[in-house]
Amino acid sequence: MAMEGIGARVARKEDKRFITGSGSYVDDMVVPGMKHSAFVRSPHAHADIKKIDTKAAEKMPGVIAVLTGKQLKSDGIGNLICGWMVHSKDGSPMNMGAWSPLAVDRARYVGDAVAIVVAETKGQARDAAEAVEVAYKEKKSVTDAVAALKKGAPQLHPEAAGNLIYDWEIGEAAAVDKAIASAAHVTTMRIVNNRLVPNAMEPRAALGHYDRAEDHHTLWTTSQNPHVARVVMSAFYNVAPENKLRVIAPDVGGGFGSKIFIYPEEIVCLWASRRTGVPVKWVADRTESFMCDAHGRDHVSEVQLAFDQNNRMTALKVDTVANFGAYMSLFSSAVPTYLYATLLSGQYAIPQIHCNVRAVYTNTAPVDAYRGAGRPEATYVVERVVETAARELGVSPAELRRRNFITSFPHQTPVIMNYDAGDYAASLDAAMKAADYAGFEKRRDKAKKAGKLRGIGMSCYIEACGIAPSSAVGSLGAGVGLWESAEVRVNMAGTIEVLTGSHSHGQGHETTFAQLVSQRLGLPLDQISIVHGDTDKVQMGMGTYGSRSGAVGMSAIAKALDKVEVKAKKLAAHLMEADEGDIVIENGELKVAGTDKTVPWSQLALAAYAAHNLPEGMEPGLKEGAFYDPTNFTFPAGCYICEVEVDPETGRTEIVQFVAADDFGNIINPMIVEGQVHGGLAQGIGQAMLEGTHYDAESGQLITASYMDYCMPRADDLPSFQVSTSNTPCPGNPLGIKGCGEAGAIGSPPAVMNAITDAIGDNDLTMPATPQKVWAALKAATRH
Amino acid sequence: MYSTTYHRPTTVADAVKLRKKAEDGQFVSGGMTLIPAMKTRLAAPSDLVDLRHVGELKGIKVSGKTVTIGAATTHAEVAESAKLRKVCPAICDLAAHIGDPHVRHMGTIGGSLANNDPSADYPAAMLALGATIVTDKRELAADKFFKGLFETALKDDEIVTAVTFTVPAKCGYAKFPNPASRYAMTGVFVAKTKDGVRAAVTGAGEDGVFRAREVEAALAKKFDASALEGVSVPSKDLMSDIHASAEYRANLVVVMAKRAVAAANAG
Repeated sequence: MAMEGIGARVARKEDKRFITGSGSYVDDMVVPGMKHSAFVRSPHAHADIKKIDTKAAEKMPGVIAVLTGKQLKSDGIGNLICGWMVHSKDGSPMNMGAWSPLAVDRARYVGDAVAIVVAETKGQARDAAEAVEVAYKEKKSVTDAVAALKKGAPQLHPEAAGNLIYDWEIGEAAAVDKAIASAAHVTTMRIVNNRLVPNAMEPRAALGHYDRAEDHHTLWTTSQNPHVARVVMSAFYNVAPENKLRVIAPDVGGGFGSKIFIYPEEIVCLWASRRTGVPVKWVADRTESFMCDAHGRDHVSEVQLAFDQNNRMTALKVDTVANFGAYMSLFSSAVPTYLYATLLSGQYAIPQIHCNVRAVYTNTAPVDAYRGAGRPEATYVVERVVETAARELGVSPAELRRRNFITSFPHQTPVIMNYDAGDYAASLDAAMKAADYAGFEKRRDKAKKAGKLRGIGMSCYIEACGIAPSSAVGSLGAGVGLWESAEVRVNMAGTIEVLTGSHSHGQGHETTFAQLVSQRLGLPLDQISIVHGDTDKVQMGMGTYGSRSGAVGMSAIAKALDKVEVKAKKLAAHLMEADEGDIVIENGELKVAGTDKTVPWSQLALAAYAAHNLPEGMEPGLKEGAFYDPTNFTFPAGCYICEVEVDPETGRTEIVQFVAADDFGNIINPMIVEGQVHGGLAQGIGQAMLEGTHYDAESGQLITASYMDYCMPRADDLPSFQVSTSNTPCPGNPLGIKGCGEAGAIGSPPAVMNAITDAIGDNDLTMPATPQKVWAALKAATRH
Repeated sequence: MYSTTYHRPTTVADAVKLRKKAEDGQFVSGGMTLIPAMKTRLAAPSDLVDLRHVGELKGIKVSGKTVTIGAATTHAEVAESAKLRKVCPAICDLAAHIGDPHVRHMGTIGGSLANNDPSADYPAAMLALGATIVTDKRELAADKFFKGLFETALKDDEIVTAVTFTVPAKCGYAKFPNPASRYAMTGVFVAKTKDGVRAAVTGAGEDGVFRAREVEAALAKKFDASALEGVSVPSKDLMSDIHASAEYRANLVVVMAKRAVAAANAG
């Protein structure tokens, strides 16, 4: 059975339905009596809402109801919350402004929901939404976080004076300042991490259904974690108690983090269904996705990296301003703190690190976790400043990194993280070899003769996945624990259902999770089904984000399988009159080791349920559950090398080579892992060269609100990637898995920017490095 | 999209009649600009009169040095026309790089010219070739047809039926696509015609497609990329947006002109 077990390149079970267009998404759900909805949204970045007149809209054809924030409040629906408490350095709790699912007195960004229209058809709902008359009094807006901190800036929330949510720090400031003062060399940079729009292929959608007869609510929603949605909606938003609320996240077409969070629309749809008595569906159009999905990144950092006379790092100081947008989204507070500053040691032994983070409200879409969540921002800071230092010091970027690598494990960094295992030199060596790093100068000369500027850049990233022991995240302010649950149900004829709290929205869990079961029990994949995404089927779960489903979700399944195996072996021993310790499970059979006695798995399952002949005291059936709480983060790491050619006439950059050498620990399905790396690299290269989110500074309008202006990576923007892995098993979980979902997006942006700045000799270039910017930088350089 | 009434005439006369009858009617050809605008509710014609099923608007004719392309001919048909490629491959190559395959099988040359999007490819070609735009009422020189952003000399109920031009001695097109939309951020079509060198620029002008006189003057001396060394065009009347400043576009005009000439000479 090894062909389908761990390590096999099994084709994805789910792809047949996805690529034949027969997946089942929220928009495919139809409930008898279902109606459609449209949201009335603020066209202004910042405005007081003076009056909402719904009379004309209510008279429009097909309209069932027009509901506003006032009605929502009067029904006791709560404000949205941020689920991770972060304290400022003075000990005060973060300043969270109120976020009503429908804005009542004030709209704070373009797209802020103000009212919902429920109608017979989607077109009628939209027509009526245009007829809702909202009297706005426009206010001055601010979209840039640094500007929002300035005196006299427009103020968003009375709870957050000066728009400051928190002023947080980690590390010893005095020790860092002292090390910088006595350093042989200090590299100083201002580093900007550009704001990104997530752009999942499937837009967000919700279908709320209140069943009056049963007094029960069902919500179909595009969620990466339906169980968390249920908890939050019942415990904080008073939409419905948990026992009367079922949340279903069916096939979900990509999330990248943006579907972790609980959004106003899903709350409002469910509430509107109860209020109107009809099931209410909403599906975002692409413009709404651009405007209202939680965006990612948007940091501005002042960075200093200090070295001694031997080019060893002595201290890193980082001062970051993080743009949070108009409201605090569900995980927003954790992203630029515990998921960012704790990774600032990178792969390096840095004795002292200090990071200060100011989180800021602005009149923009809320910002939250997006593929990598904090770790891309940390990696970008570290790998850009290290590369720059190498240039300033006149040493090879590879050797400067190598000299400062952490080489003994476990390694306690000055910023909480305790790295458990890794071999950073191995990834660096593998990447340099694959990229023929030594031959670069020859290639550069050849390109020069053809009128092109060739550059090479690397990035040695580390990230933390599988987030982390519940007790640890709890002590850092998380509102929930971050374990995972699993249940393995063996059916009477021996087929298996695995219920998992992880959620698949493109990751391929139906395949990889089944491969684990196949490996353990020797059963073919088609006898194993994975069940997820429904709170009525799976009791509890924490969902999928932070590359946690392999390391945490599969570990829970492994634990449940342990229990199933124990019981199965006990029963097999009884049936074959053998010793329990002599039973082995192989190729779908339970065998008495060293004999020819066997019981097929299907017969054992039948015996467990028939219960005619069980050992003394054994309960009938074969079904076990488990919760798995990790003991630590996992630490995937690797080295990426990017080689580019710039056309100096146009500033156009072509990636001519991209090498990724990753350490992901043990790998379940190499094909899926490679796919994850390819996708992550595409997103990281997109951030570095193509994707820029622009708000008009004056009006606060989102300029890049469609694909006409927001540039997503296309196949012809990307090279053919050379990916490889050199794996050190993770000691922290039973499967030795580290996680691979975000690495590509984390490690690639600095590699690309290091390569382009190497090619053009201008280090101030910001992402995205568009042709215009590269051309302007080259032009400025020739003027000097 | 707001509700609209769709008409599918088979003759130009019927199309004009339907448009006249409509309260706020619009001709639609490939709809590659109009339909997205309607979907986002930015356009709301009461009636759509579809021109793609009017037989007399379709087809490519090559007669000696004279090329005539029917207005409802799709970009894909232009790209794949063997007889056109024989005499003027630059037009086929231009059509082959408009949008994506979906766009090329829906969008038409007449629709593109009548819409006169400031970033569309065909207006530059027609202006540089000194083409004649034929309508159901008259014939217009390209120099008189394009009037600014999305503006042409067309009357409301006037239909472009064809374009016609004389194959030049040499011609070529080069564009630098906008990274996001892939429309021309700057595209230059150069043609060595019997009346001299003409170079038309799309994607860059604040008033839409225009002739680059500096480029024409340089190429008139020598129809070669080397003639453009050191030539610059003013950035004063060029577009400036988040993707490209006027100064950058001015640079691209010269660079794309060089590449267009190189392509023309290679062909």
